[in-house]
Amino acid sequence: MIQFVFIAFMVLTLASALVVLLTKNVLYAAFSLLGTFLGVSALYVLAGADFLAVAQILVYVGGVLVLLIFGVMLTNQQGNKSRGRNDITTESSNRVLGVFVMLGFSATLLYTFGRARFLTIQDSLFEALEPTSTTQTIGVELMTNYVLPFEVSGILLMAVLIGAAYLSTKTKN
Amino acid sequence: MDNSFLPYYLLTSALLFSIGLALVVVKRNIIVVLMGIELMLNAVNVNLVAFSKNDPSLQGQIFSLFVIVVAACEAVIALAIVLKVYEHFKTVNLDEINELKK
Repeated sequence: MIQFVFIAFMVLTLASALVVLLTKNVLYAAFSLLGTFLGVSALYVLAGADFLAVAQILVYVGGVLVLLIFGVMLTNQQGNKSRGRNDITTESSNRVLGVFVMLGFSATLLYTFGRARFLTIQDSLFEALEPTSTTQTIGVELMTNYVLPFEVSGILLMAVLIGAAYLSTKTKN
Repeated sequence: MDNSFLPYYLLTSALLFSIGLALVVVKRNIIVVLMGIELMLNAVNVNLVAFSKNDPSLQGQIFSLFVIVVAACEAVIALAIVLKVYEHFKTVNLDEINELKK
């Protein structure tokens, strides 16, 4: 049963990522990115990372995706149709080169993953664990071992807040 | 729970990373390029989470939590810059934006 669910979410993730790649409409790409993020968060759940799955939905679907859709709407160009050419993908020669890079890269990654036998390494590293909630462990670890990165990311978020507010003000001509 | 799904996680993340890379290379709308970068960061997170399964100290999950934070920061700043670029050049086509100062 769980195999079918896993395969279904894997297919959902990859299919909507492919739609992002193949579609010619920016808004459709943004909406099918939703499917990718939801599929990835379901994969997190199946790997026993429940807190991270909720964080993924909150940050990506609730934050980043809304920002991207706002970006699409605020930079909408009417000239796209009247000029009679597709503004989203590059010229065909560069596109062929890009797809070639993608295929070579994925072939390299798949060859490496196929040869490396990560499964036996990982099985000898950790004992099989009963799936429990990870929230308490993550909270305790963040406040003890990882308190410096936690505070640094707080400072980073504040700097980003100030930077975004500064960048998006109107410039005086 | 054993970790027998690990090869499938690796397959998913490899394909997701390649699709993100292809988006960054092939597209010339800034917003779609940003989507490609988000997909690549997501692929890295999938790997981290898949390898940290059954790890009692959850190092991989905490690391990917920080990756999510940095990805959100990157998206916010990039969108602010995109809005600025659109205000200045009146286009988001990367092939036409090739000057630092006009």
